[in-house]
Amino acid sequence: MSATMTSSTASSSGSPKRAPVADQDWRKIGKWGGLCTLALVLVSLIGMPVGLDRRILIHPILSLGYLSLLWIPLMLGFVVSKQVKLEGVESPDPGGRDLLAGALTGLMGGVGMAVFMLALNTFNLRDPLVNWSPKLLELLNYGRGLGFGVVAWLLACCVLGLLGSAIHVVPADVRRVVSFSAFGLLGIAVLEGAIADLSEGFGLEFLTDSIYAKRGGVTVVWSIVLAVVIGVVSVLTKGRLKAAKANYSGLQGPERKRASRIIFVVTALLTIILPLFLGTIMNELLANVGLFLLLALGLNIVVGLAGILDLGYVAFFAVGGYTTAVLTSPDSPFFAPEMHFAVTLVIVVVFAGIVGLVIGAPVIRMRGDYLAIVTLGFGEIIRLLFMSDWLKPYFGGAQGITNVPGVDLGFITIKGTDPRSVFYLVLVFCALAIYISWRLQASRLGRAWMAIREDEKVAEAMGINTVNTKLLAFVVGAVLASFSGAILVAKVGSVFPNSFMILVSIIILVVVIVGGMGNIAGVLVGSFVLIGILGGPRQPGLLHEFQSFKLLIYGALLVFMMLQRPEGLVPSSRRSQELHQEEFLQDVWLKSEEHEAEEREAEVHAVEVGGAEGNNGGGA
Amino acid sequence: MSHLMEIRDLKITFGGLDALSGLNFHVDEGEIVSVIGPNGAGKTTFFNAITGLVDPTEGNILFDGESILGLDPHQVTGLGIARTFQNVRLFPNMTVLENIMVAQHCRTSQLVFGALLQTAAFKKEEQEIEERAKEVLAFFGSRLVGYRYDQPAFVLSYANRRRLEIARAMATQPRLMLLDEPVAGMNPMETAELTALIGRLRSEWGFTIVMIEHDMRVVRDVSDRVVVLDHGVPIAQGSYDEVSTNPDVVEAYLGRPAEDGT
Ligand SMILES: Nc1ncnc2c1ncn2[C@@H]1O[C@H](COP(=O)(O)OP(=O)(O)O)[C@@H](O)[C@H]1O
Ligand SMILES: [Mg+2]
Repeated sequence: MSATMTSSTASSSGSPKRAPVADQDWRKIGKWGGLCTLALVLVSLIGMPVGLDRRILIHPILSLGYLSLLWIPLMLGFVVSKQVKLEGVESPDPGGRDLLAGALTGLMGGVGMAVFMLALNTFNLRDPLVNWSPKLLELLNYGRGLGFGVVAWLLACCVLGLLGSAIHVVPADVRRVVSFSAFGLLGIAVLEGAIADLSEGFGLEFLTDSIYAKRGGVTVVWSIVLAVVIGVVSVLTKGRLKAAKANYSGLQGPERKRASRIIFVVTALLTIILPLFLGTIMNELLANVGLFLLLALGLNIVVGLAGILDLGYVAFFAVGGYTTAVLTSPDSPFFAPEMHFAVTLVIVVVFAGIVGLVIGAPVIRMRGDYLAIVTLGFGEIIRLLFMSDWLKPYFGGAQGITNVPGVDLGFITIKGTDPRSVFYLVLVFCALAIYISWRLQASRLGRAWMAIREDEKVAEAMGINTVNTKLLAFVVGAVLASFSGAILVAKVGSVFPNSFMILVSIIILVVVIVGGMGNIAGVLVGSFVLIGILGGPRQPGLLHEFQSFKLLIYGALLVFMMLQRPEGLVPSSRRSQELHQEEFLQDVWLKSEEHEAEEREAEVHAVEVGGAEGNNGGGA
Repeated sequence: MSHLMEIRDLKITFGGLDALSGLNFHVDEGEIVSVIGPNGAGKTTFFNAITGLVDPTEGNILFDGESILGLDPHQVTGLGIARTFQNVRLFPNMTVLENIMVAQHCRTSQLVFGALLQTAAFKKEEQEIEERAKEVLAFFGSRLVGYRYDQPAFVLSYANRRRLEIARAMATQPRLMLLDEPVAGMNPMETAELTALIGRLRSEWGFTIVMIEHDMRVVRDVSDRVVVLDHGVPIAQGSYDEVSTNPDVVEAYLGRPAEDGT
């Protein structure tokens, strides 16, 4: 205690108090250091470093494989030195003590890695652990022998832990510049495919050719240049974005409307024009993102607005796909009218609606968990039906239906070999889905869905026919999903039961949750980030090397989001209010200071009486 | 024989416990009737039975001469019976205005296509819904208007939540309004204010009111008639003065002071 006193008095009177360096919470460091070791070894053993080593981020020093390990000490160094601020307790300013904690945490991870590498070198546990290989060892020691590897890991982890904790210590401005540079550079490296493709479309290959090395990855020189440029830009634009945002939300009435319209037109033009400059692979990727966005928008109505946790959503995707295949393909085994896609769509809507009603009617009366489990079952039943021998004469069993024609528009045929055309088709339907979600949200029906989500029993007592209203949400969701199925089949040219695994339902749900449930913009961002970068259940994303680790990452991301940001990346204002009621209440209270004092008085009084409820028991 | 609502021999049993047994009750158009009784007497169960939230074991409930037994709660609301809940149950994350707008669901009709095509009928209905909501909220003076419209219901103070719940019941455009302990948790000033409003609900809006209340001053000030329940059985009814001097009633309350209270 006295040490604290002296150190605080010793440092010049105005400067804030710092804790002495040796005043460490050793248990905490032990815990996070151990965790650091565990995470490093685990990630190594599931094969991430080796599997992802081919994807170079910064040529030739950093691959995605190394990054999959290196972020761990950095992150844990950050976490361990994060201070818990307690109300009423004066917490010391971040300083040397925190740096030491971060470095020690990282060092523990480094020691763990060193021991792990020694073990790799000495024992052969390849039998239970498939990734226990000399290749892993070679990768870990950078191909320069065990001794180098051990020292390198000890040093690297220690430094990274230190850097992680330094995030708290450095001034906010520095933190901002560094994080902008780091994440910006990472983004440029990750989006290499998209950027290269786009610049090629604009005839700027020379630029990307120099930025990116031949084998992929940003070159070292350019990494430095780009980091500096981004850093400078971040300094120059400091506060601008926030100001613009505040400015926008400060606008009122017609001005606001005009600003929104301009933003809308610009975004729309960009979405229409950009694909013209993109190559096949990027358009394919965009088309996939669109297909899943369409699904996610539908599910957002069902889960986000009406609060029905439908885990069998893939069933409607399948119904749309199969209906289209049967009606358009000449190879449909039983009934092959070979209709045009446009005609098919009408029938798809009707069918999806009917299936929605048939599945929905029995399950819609259930609540919460029960409904989730039963719909999960229905989703799987639909797939098994299409797969079954019983329906094989109609739907082709596991072989499915092939030879589905594209969409013939007269002047052009939209099909998978021309992903750009598919993208435009998907775009039309996504626009439609966004319009539908947006309009319904602000209507009598949307309000009824919200009320049901809030409190079903009360909604019923307030005159809402909850069964019919929920069924309607189910059906609207079903129709949007069936559109996506129809386009998917026309794009791929065939349909198989195994395209409609439960996994699809779950991935769409993750997209909606991570993006921001109940918010159209959130669903958009979620689709781009998850499907675009990580990839869909079968569709590769920008980081297609992640293919075999995709589910792991989806899972980890979901857990992380639930813990840190349950309202999603772009939350709806309503959901963030709901999840942060306390803070919101404080805000409101502070704002109400501006309102009449009289009213405030009445309220404070009411709260007091409400708190001491029970003092008004009557008696005759 | 032209009671607005009539209840005959109502009996409700929850697994052996008679929450209500042999209740006969009626309310005429334009009346304000209070239902009182110690805790657990079956008052809330009585409201739940009327609004279709629980099914009676025996007996019949007539509204406007027709049996409403077996109807779904939303159908009952559609016929013109609205209620509030003893433990306030708003839609906490919807705004104040939305809470009232959504309560007009059964009086409006637009569905998917009107909203998608933005038809004239849809816009007109939306506008009417909003105007009506504001009109209802204006009934409570300045407490629920203006900047309050766009606040989520959970930020409201306890008294305002109670007011909003009454407003929501009003918005369903009922003929009969069931208020379950409307002033519970309010301070004397707020209680007096709401008592006056309950009177105006009848005189200005034309609602018939059945009210469960523990606060005897409120009961005395607004009710035409008082019904006393104890252990699911009506033990007295009549004017406030008759009931408050009835020895059975006094015993029901004073005999078990431990059960007394909200
Ligand atoms: N849904 C239910 N299931 C079982 N018992 C219930 C139920 N609702 C009410 N009861 C019981 O019925 C009795 C009357 O309750 P209630 O009507 O809430 O009394 P109060 O007069 O205080 O409003 C109580 O004993 C209560 O426990
Ligand atoms: Mg009660």
